[in-house]
Amino acid sequence: MVPLFQSQENIAGKISIEPIQGKKVDHNGVKVELLGQIEMYFDRGNFYDFTSLVRELDVPGDIYEKKSYPFEFSTVEMPYETYNGANVRLRYVLKVTISRGYAGSIVEYQDFVVRNYSPLPSINNSIKMEVGIEDCLHIEFEYNKSKYHLKDVIIGKIYFLLVRIKLKNMDLEIRRRESTGSGANTHVETETLAKFELMDGAPVRGESIPIRLFLSPYELTPTYRNINNKFSVKYYLNLVLVDEEDRRYFKQQEITIYRLQEETS
Amino acid sequence: MMLDGMEDEDKWLAEGIAGIQHNAFYMHRALDANNLREVLKYSAQMLSELRTSKLSPHKYYELYMRAFDELKKLEMFFKDESRHGVSVVDLYELVQHAGNILPRLYLLCTVGSVYIKSKEAPAKDVLKDLVEMCLGVQHPIRGLFLRSYLAQVSRDKLPDIGSEYEGIHGFLHKKILPYEFPSLWHSDADTVMDAVEFVLQNFTEMNKLWVRLQLQGPGRLREKLEKERSELRDLVGKNLHVLSQIEGVDLEMYKDTVLPRVLEQIVNCKDELAQYYLMDCIIQVFPDEYHLQTLETLLSACPQLQPTVDIKTVLSQLMDRLSNYAVSSTDVLPEFLQVEAFAKLSSAIGRVIEAQVDMPIVGAISLYVSLLTFTLRVHPDRLDYVDQVLGACVKKLSGKPKLEDNRAKKQVVALLSAPLDKYNDIVMALMLSNYPRVMDHLDNETNKVMAIVIIQSIMKNNTCISTADQVEVLFELIKGLMKDLDGTAVDELDEEDFKEEQNSVARLLHMLYNDDPEEMLKIICTMKKNIMDGGSKRLPFTVPPLIFSALRLIRRLQGQDGDVAGEEVPATPKRIFQILNQTIEALSTVPTPELALRLYLQCAEAANDCDLEPVAYEFFTQAFVLYEEEVADSKAQVTAIHLIIGTLQRMNVFGVENRDTLTHKATGYSAKLLKKPDQCRAVYACSHLFWVDDQDGIKDGERVLLCLKRALRIASAAQQMSNVTRGSSGPVTLYVEILNKYLYFFEKGNPQITSAAIQGLLELITTEMQSDSAAPNTVSDAFFASTQRYIQFQKQKGGVMSEKYDSVKV
Repeated sequence: MVPLFQSQENIAGKISIEPIQGKKVDHNGVKVELLGQIEMYFDRGNFYDFTSLVRELDVPGDIYEKKSYPFEFSTVEMPYETYNGANVRLRYVLKVTISRGYAGSIVEYQDFVVRNYSPLPSINNSIKMEVGIEDCLHIEFEYNKSKYHLKDVIIGKIYFLLVRIKLKNMDLEIRRRESTGSGANTHVETETLAKFELMDGAPVRGESIPIRLFLSPYELTPTYRNINNKFSVKYYLNLVLVDEEDRRYFKQQEITIYRLQEETS
Repeated sequence: MMLDGMEDEDKWLAEGIAGIQHNAFYMHRALDANNLREVLKYSAQMLSELRTSKLSPHKYYELYMRAFDELKKLEMFFKDESRHGVSVVDLYELVQHAGNILPRLYLLCTVGSVYIKSKEAPAKDVLKDLVEMCLGVQHPIRGLFLRSYLAQVSRDKLPDIGSEYEGIHGFLHKKILPYEFPSLWHSDADTVMDAVEFVLQNFTEMNKLWVRLQLQGPGRLREKLEKERSELRDLVGKNLHVLSQIEGVDLEMYKDTVLPRVLEQIVNCKDELAQYYLMDCIIQVFPDEYHLQTLETLLSACPQLQPTVDIKTVLSQLMDRLSNYAVSSTDVLPEFLQVEAFAKLSSAIGRVIEAQVDMPIVGAISLYVSLLTFTLRVHPDRLDYVDQVLGACVKKLSGKPKLEDNRAKKQVVALLSAPLDKYNDIVMALMLSNYPRVMDHLDNETNKVMAIVIIQSIMKNNTCISTADQVEVLFELIKGLMKDLDGTAVDELDEEDFKEEQNSVARLLHMLYNDDPEEMLKIICTMKKNIMDGGSKRLPFTVPPLIFSALRLIRRLQGQDGDVAGEEVPATPKRIFQILNQTIEALSTVPTPELALRLYLQCAEAANDCDLEPVAYEFFTQAFVLYEEEVADSKAQVTAIHLIIGTLQRMNVFGVENRDTLTHKATGYSAKLLKKPDQCRAVYACSHLFWVDDQDGIKDGERVLLCLKRALRIASAAQQMSNVTRGSSGPVTLYVEILNKYLYFFEKGNPQITSAAIQGLLELITTEMQSDSAAPNTVSDAFFASTQRYIQFQKQKGGVMSEKYDSVKV
């Protein structure tokens, strides 16, 4: 179990140091740091701290018996959510350091998770589009919104304006696109999180196929845009039509995923 | 690959069943453990077997039924919240997480049915949701079975009048229908209308899928596909059946909603098989009363159907049902009149025929046959309707060459026979102005067939045709039998058939009758006119009945002799005899002298009864002339002379002179017959001409004896001839026959016939029989023996006769 926080919260606690019976700890000072780190896997595990706060807990001296240090970071800005991606990791950690001149310092870490909630978006237009291959296939599809929360349902429909190819089935995919780095060093990783069959068989002109996809079964995160200039995570709905020769026709649309504050009742 | 297609299919089916059983096993385990997650997992896997595209509808059905049985268990589980701990609302969402659409929708329908049963949401909202979601399966076979499952599980949950699901208020959980269907948020109470909407929508979608099945697959498989398709039709038709079972579907709703919607789908699907089947389905499943009240709507769809649809069968079915309905109760008849059923049907048929330009003529005619049948059953009193139908048929046929198609001909015969069968009265048909006009379009052969039908109808019903006008029309109808029509090759006719036909006509002539002599005479004249045109081949058949019909009239006139007062009355025996004379004369062209002779004799006898001596004499003269000039065959002569003798014997109208002339002729011809035995028999028959056993009949005993003696002479001459030519004398039959004549006259009191003469004859016969040359003959011996017994009997009987016989010894 990992503690869960959100931005602007106070992060307070108590650190206890207890030397082994009959020994003392000689130190050059005790401190606790709150770090927000981004770790790029392809960058040899280098960390970039985007947040770093320090509380000095003790001046240099000796500790003979168990000693506790209460600490508090109040209204900490934690704009980014904890994230474990394919190529990047964003994590929050409390780091306690007991500095020692000789034999190296003693360092302990405690991870915690941050989740940030968004209000209902004030503008949330539907996605509506007509696409097609000339004289072959024309469809019009509609998703009821462009922004979905994590437990949302995608409602929509696909309307067949022209069908001259023999379709076999149609799927709706949810794809996650994680891009890391910038410029020439950009790494993009795309992952299909959901493959949801919408239609079985070949429709004819004029058919309208309903869409109802519950997002809750899938492990989604909110959309992250350009986090600390290091990475982005975006979500796409990919409508895929497959014909009898297994050719695929698809159209990808970005949607925004957000975390909605769950109502407490 | 095609060769072992069947084998492969069996294999695939077996694999599918195995897959279902395998997953069902794990599903059962999960059910027993009340493990919802596992239940959902294995049931979805099980249902995935239904995703196959390899099976024909027939095999797919087998697979479906396996899954169906399992789904029932699943439904039981879903129903019991205590087993899985999830509310039905959440369950409804949970099953929608399945990635594959077909298992997902089967599960959704299953939970949906539980949802309705729980009454946590209005049935109509759930139903609407289910029927919409099923749009995702566009594969015809899979879609049809899925929707069929939906129909099945929802059937007992429709918000019908009086059902427990009627009038439930509530909200469908927003999780299920967020935003998209706002109208459902605050739904009104469930009504029958919602049930109807649901079934109609499912029906429409199923039909679309069914129709699509045809469009798939290459042409060479067309036949197989069509067969497979029709196996599925009942899945579609079932919806109509469900609609008809919904109690709340009253006439008004049927009229305003159900029928227009169903018809719209039928017309729009533009598929021959579907249109035919569904039209038929409508007619079969909904009550007749509804059909009657919505006739216009129903019929208006017909011309819009594909030109190849077998509308005639559909309409026939409809008319059949309606006419049964009409017959079922007299109360409903006013309804038929009120909605003008006939007019509507009639005009609909017209429009259908117009719309389907390619419809073969047989189709059009059979439609008219159906309409006619309907009319006859529903409006038997409306002869004008019948005529109208025939008129429409004439219109369709006119301007075209005579019918060639055998089936079409048969239909015309059916068309024309229907009124006859109904009314059992040809007179009705004779009043139909279009009846003969239809017949004009038949070829000669069919025309004859029809004529026979008409005649048979008359005979069967003993219909009397009683006016000359009707007779004229009738002859026009059966003219195929009455005369040679243009274009009939004479040698094509089968002799037997021809005889049969003409015999029918002959029988018919007897049915033309009126009690009023004036009218009857007119009828006879009409008959004569038509018969005379018939040509020499027909006359031998048709003249005799005409003659006898006329003779019958004569007898009747004779009976009311005193009443015939006016001079101007044309119907006098004299007049008729003139006609008869002319008629028989016509036979000479055939020629059939024997027949003519017989007819002359008949007429003579009738004239005798009318006291018309000159007429009778004339007929006899004609008979003798024929005998002299035409009857050459010796056998025919024998028959003829006996007829003449017989008739002449009964004549009492002649004066002495005429009588002498005729009897002289008769005896003369008798003696001139070729064979001795024939001569002998004719001569002794002539004896009767001189002894008529009436009160004032002629009794010329001497000439009787002369005849008998002459007969004896001829008989002995015959014996001698036989002796000479064969070496044995012939049988004594002739003698015994003469003996019997002797006995007859003896008993009648002819003084010239004495017991001595009889005795002599007896001895003569005995001698003849005992002579060496006589060959024993059982027939003549027996004859003689019984004659002797007769004499014996008379002797012993006592009384006057015994005394008379006393002197005769046997």
